[in-house]
Amino acid sequence: MMPDLSVEIAGIRMRNPVMTASGTFGYGPEYADLVDLNELGAVVVKGICLNPTKGNPTPRTAETASGLLNAIGLPGPGVEGFVRDYMPFLRRYDVPVIVNIWGKTVEEYAEVAARLDRVPGIAGLEVNVSCPNIKEGSAMFGTDLLMFERVVTAIRAATKLPLIPKLAPNVADIGEFARCAEASGADAISLINSFPGMAVDIRTRGFKLANKTGGLTGPAIKPIALRLVWLAAKAVRIPVIGMGGIVTAQDALEFMMVGARAVAVGTATFVNPDTAIQVIQGIRDFFVEQGIRTVYEWVGSLRDE
Amino acid sequence: MQIELATVHQHIPIQGGYYLLVMLAPDIAPCVRPGQFIHVKVPHLEECLLRRPFSVFWTEGERLAILYKDVGRGTRTLQYLKPGESLSILGPLGRGFPDPDPGRFPVIVAGGYGMAALYMTARSAPTKGIAFFGGRSAKDILCVGEFEAQGWSVQITTEDGSLGRKGIVTDALDDWWVASGRQVRPELFACGPGGMLKAVAQRALERGWEAWTSVDNNMGCGVGACLTCVLKVRGDNGWSWARACREGPVFNVRDVLWEEVE
Repeated sequence: MMPDLSVEIAGIRMRNPVMTASGTFGYGPEYADLVDLNELGAVVVKGICLNPTKGNPTPRTAETASGLLNAIGLPGPGVEGFVRDYMPFLRRYDVPVIVNIWGKTVEEYAEVAARLDRVPGIAGLEVNVSCPNIKEGSAMFGTDLLMFERVVTAIRAATKLPLIPKLAPNVADIGEFARCAEASGADAISLINSFPGMAVDIRTRGFKLANKTGGLTGPAIKPIALRLVWLAAKAVRIPVIGMGGIVTAQDALEFMMVGARAVAVGTATFVNPDTAIQVIQGIRDFFVEQGIRTVYEWVGSLRDE
Repeated sequence: MQIELATVHQHIPIQGGYYLLVMLAPDIAPCVRPGQFIHVKVPHLEECLLRRPFSVFWTEGERLAILYKDVGRGTRTLQYLKPGESLSILGPLGRGFPDPDPGRFPVIVAGGYGMAALYMTARSAPTKGIAFFGGRSAKDILCVGEFEAQGWSVQITTEDGSLGRKGIVTDALDDWWVASGRQVRPELFACGPGGMLKAVAQRALERGWEAWTSVDNNMGCGVGACLTCVLKVRGDNGWSWARACREGPVFNVRDVLWEEVE
């Protein structure tokens, strides 16, 4: 019997638990020639803020051991540009579209959420409170509990869409932020965002990124992400979406076993565009092999006495 | 654009750290247009995640060739690849060179292995023109015979004078322009380091030449999602970013903000 891979997250019904991670799948068209979007659990688009932004100067990325350091700086078309230029394309697909949003102030976050609230075809909002590459504010929303609460509460008041704050990994107590999200009206949480890092060049004696520091992603951060997802999932009752260095179905299964109801594939898509599809197939194969009938049977099944 | 598991057909050191890698890629090879590139996952290099972009040197039926230089870990590891081994390639990617304008005199300007991006244009151009090859020394001057065999007249410049005339490639270009009496209407096809492209662009813009440049930016995904390879181009409000992998790697010289290129 074929296992049932479908899951529900924050009221969003997904045909399988594998989504794209924001910032690694563009807005959809970039990968549409290589990946059938309809096969994905959900498409999470690159971060959107109120007005068009250009992002950071170059160089914007540096490869590190089993990782990728980036300081792209969230260039984007702004909320109007996104709705005008990309939503018609995304609406052609039968896949939940989750829009990742960010802002420089609490009011900006709320404004972006409000503007997306009635746009047809949007299944939910993921909130980026922790991009390490934006100088003005955004990072502290993810690491200061009071700021985090304010921004989640403000967005909650501005939208009826399912709300998914994306937690920063560089905090002392991830459970605190997870519980705060839940108490502030979040329908689910996702984690982790990239981990702050740096790379330098001994020949030029300079930084490898124009922004000096960046966010680390890829397999290098997987053990960090796995621990934080485990801790966050124990702290809340709302669903958890796990991500951080997932390359294979085994990685995804590990995140789900420690408590994530869904997962996102990020940097690995840059390497192999069809990674998410391979992960879905691998989860299905494993469930068949293990006689597991639904995702829910597997989620949180870690032996953890 | 597709992903294909290609098979190494031939892998030959050419000279001075340059290699020719010919692979069998029956799905991708027939689709490549001049100036396009492929994104290669280097086998046996798991801790370096990203693919590496290479201009397609030439294609023939199901065969596809790249020409590369040992410049870092990716290319150093690539060297060990043996005939029969397979490697994952993604392509063809990017917007290549346009077909040469039949009303203009075609001119190729290549710095080092930049000539690999230009050979397919040289081969398909209905009119053969002049090609300027530049490099640090003789070992950086590659495949002159191949261009000559296609009917191109090749002029060589090296910085140390070990082959051709001593100097930089734009010196030769300037002399040719003067010697031609400034009467021809050239169309330039150029690929090489940023500094060379900048010097070529400056001349093209001053003299009203049509000119196309292929940029060699650091790249992440190769398909336009990661926004690593961006460069500044003229836009509505001064400038905007263009992705070398998607809007490029070939740009008309009029579109690029050359003062920002290093």
